[in-house]
Amino acid sequence: MPPRSEASPLALDAAVVRRARTLARKAGAPVVKLAKTHTTLSVERATLRLAGLSGADAERIPWVNHLVDRVRAEVGLEHGVALPVWDALARGEAPDLLTLAQKAAAGSVGLRLPEGKRAARAGRAARADVSGGIRRIDRSRKDRQRLIGKLGDPRQRPWVYLIVATGDIYEDIPQAQAAAREGADVIAVIRSTGQSLLDYVPEGATREGYAGTYATQENFRLMRAALDEVSSELGRYVRLTNYASGLCMPEIATLAGMERLDMMLNDSMYGILFRDINPIRTFVDQRFSRQIHARAGIIINTGEDNYLTTADAVEAAHTVTVSQLLNEYFAKEAGLADWQLGLGHAFEINPDLPDSFRLELAHALLARTLFPDAPLKWMPPTKHMTGDIFRGHLLDGFFNLAGALTGQGILLVGMMTEAVVTPWLSDRDLALQNVRYVMNACAGLREDFRPPPDGFIATRARQVLGEAVELLDEIVDDGLLNAIADGTFGLMRRPADAGKGLDGVFRRASGYVNPAVDLLAEGAKR
Amino acid sequence: MNEAALTPTAAITPTAAVEEPTLVRPYGDTTGDGMVQVSFTLPIPHSKRAEGAAAQLANKMGINPALVVHAKAMGPDFTFFVVYGPVSHLVDLSAVKVVEREFPLLTAKEVNAAVKSRLRRRLVVVGACIGTDAHTVGIDAILNIKGFAGEKGLEYYSEVTVVNLGAQVLVPELVERARQEKADAVLVSQVVSQRDAHLYNTMEMSAAFREAYPAGKTPLLVVGGPRFDESATAELGVDRIFGKGTTPSEVASYLVHTLIRPGGQTGERQTGERQTGERQTLEGQTMEGQTGDSPHE
Repeated sequence: MPPRSEASPLALDAAVVRRARTLARKAGAPVVKLAKTHTTLSVERATLRLAGLSGADAERIPWVNHLVDRVRAEVGLEHGVALPVWDALARGEAPDLLTLAQKAAAGSVGLRLPEGKRAARAGRAARADVSGGIRRIDRSRKDRQRLIGKLGDPRQRPWVYLIVATGDIYEDIPQAQAAAREGADVIAVIRSTGQSLLDYVPEGATREGYAGTYATQENFRLMRAALDEVSSELGRYVRLTNYASGLCMPEIATLAGMERLDMMLNDSMYGILFRDINPIRTFVDQRFSRQIHARAGIIINTGEDNYLTTADAVEAAHTVTVSQLLNEYFAKEAGLADWQLGLGHAFEINPDLPDSFRLELAHALLARTLFPDAPLKWMPPTKHMTGDIFRGHLLDGFFNLAGALTGQGILLVGMMTEAVVTPWLSDRDLALQNVRYVMNACAGLREDFRPPPDGFIATRARQVLGEAVELLDEIVDDGLLNAIADGTFGLMRRPADAGKGLDGVFRRASGYVNPAVDLLAEGAKR
Repeated sequence: MNEAALTPTAAITPTAAVEEPTLVRPYGDTTGDGMVQVSFTLPIPHSKRAEGAAAQLANKMGINPALVVHAKAMGPDFTFFVVYGPVSHLVDLSAVKVVEREFPLLTAKEVNAAVKSRLRRRLVVVGACIGTDAHTVGIDAILNIKGFAGEKGLEYYSEVTVVNLGAQVLVPELVERARQEKADAVLVSQVVSQRDAHLYNTMEMSAAFREAYPAGKTPLLVVGGPRFDESATAELGVDRIFGKGTTPSEVASYLVHTLIRPGGQTGERQTGERQTGERQTLEGQTMEGQTGDSPHE
């Protein structure tokens, strides 16, 4: 990472950069207000998970779903689950959370909203239990720091990020270990397609996924343990990534924090645009999940690359910058530090376009310059990978070169067989050779790469920033939710009163109590 | 590597007016040399013996002599090979058989243009997973903008209105919504196939549409899922079945082909076609299992 004092290599006008950030804050602030005044089914379920409730019934419906649904049916969720649940425990309806959830599933438990002293007592008891989960997250963070201290970080930047996706956790494990031995610094276990739209987190170790493996607490635990094993063998800490997105974003973030995942994909608008999840649900869930990530020391990866798969990568370059600025604002508001912001961008310009590589360098360097302390996530070409694997391999080489030249933090390894097959063993090996060749040949080339301020690259970067500021201006005028409804991003129209998961959003009542929200906001342990 | 290539056995002297040959061989750098390149991995450690094993496999493929030009260990247990050589097989062009898709594959732009100019209103598609099936993977792959296999879903098409009802939709609810929306086509996805649930659900669905609509006025009924026999349209009472690996543009192209006749502005289908179920199937044309490695979740 370059020191902040380094003169901007693109001759960006500091006033324009400041204005871009001010506008992002103005655009995001009303949404943060919404997030602070609402709760969702998944935020409440995450709270119960922090308090130690886990497991599922014989039909594999998680106990947290049963209990939250029962509270919702009997007293509503406007006040949160904490008061009715811990009041029921205090009244001896059940000796513990699990029994209470089981009784709730059977419909044989009376829930009510306590008042006065009873409410205060329930709130205190809830906080004591929920803080146990928060301390577990704190311990996981310490464990990670200890292991990194002992084993060390990867020797080079960017970190090499590889995907594993067999659908079967017991197949994923040897593949992930092999990938780490071949040089991967970060392993991402891609999720089963469709998990983002499940309104529950599956339980246990899973062997059947579609184009990916289900994110479950047990799968997280198994994979982390396997990577710990290979980390000691290799003498470097291998990181694990999953996806905090979809309808269960807060719960997945919580499980990731407890099971010591190291990175999570977590974009502010991806679910809204690409999964048609209700915007308010998304922003409420996202804020909670980012607070958890902040606490857990998890690096988030945002999803700006997705815009470039739907829109043209040159015309829509500024929408990536806008989204990065919004993701940065939302992330920092939720307590994440610069080193935790894996802001995304991608190498998706049509290679037939003249100067396509210079344009890629301009965009990548703009991101690098705007966010000097963030470990940017650099995504490989997918849109222009045609099945001509030879051409694809060359394109991936240029992608790697751009990554080295512009100092990217996390490099997702491109496969020449993108859009042909899920990567074979040999595809992965060739792809890693490609990365290693480039890193070995020119890892230090960044020092020598100073595009002149009046040259093509710097001029293009300033133009994209200018367009980003214009778009941010419009978004501030229109309101972010309206802009999303009007199809400003990724060409999708997503109104705030539609989309999946809307019926799981609740405006907080004045007596709303959620100890997880309080503990995260205060940074408290108890 | 050309130095190592074999010289062609017989020099063919082309005459001015040769007919197109029916027998051809692969071409390296000389007509008739039959040269091919293949690469593969064997689950054995790299050694002299492993290279011999690679040559043997290539021989069995008809490559003789086999030039193992590259062998590299990939971890302790695998070896990757690149092999060049002349293949003994001939291609008989007169015996080439291709199963043609019954409809041309259109780009999103072409689909939009066809709908705009010939239907003159937006094409309405209602989609759902019916019965107890909660696997919206298939329907989402086709309908959501995120799409599948590098293609955007139908939501991305500006001239198509998509109503995706999601999982566990009841058949009467689906019929009602299709009527409300004046659906041109109904897309149903079925993944769960325990005790043939996908077949019963589909038959229940098609029967309900026939009951609710006047004869010949039902929307185009399309089902998809990994366990369907694509030729069973008549049996299930639907217009089209799509199998594993179907992409959004295939579905969109099919809808345009079937609903919008060239020149005709409304989609007056011949419903008789459905009853006979004689349409050609896509057998062999789908991208089996090619989900790609999308790094974008």
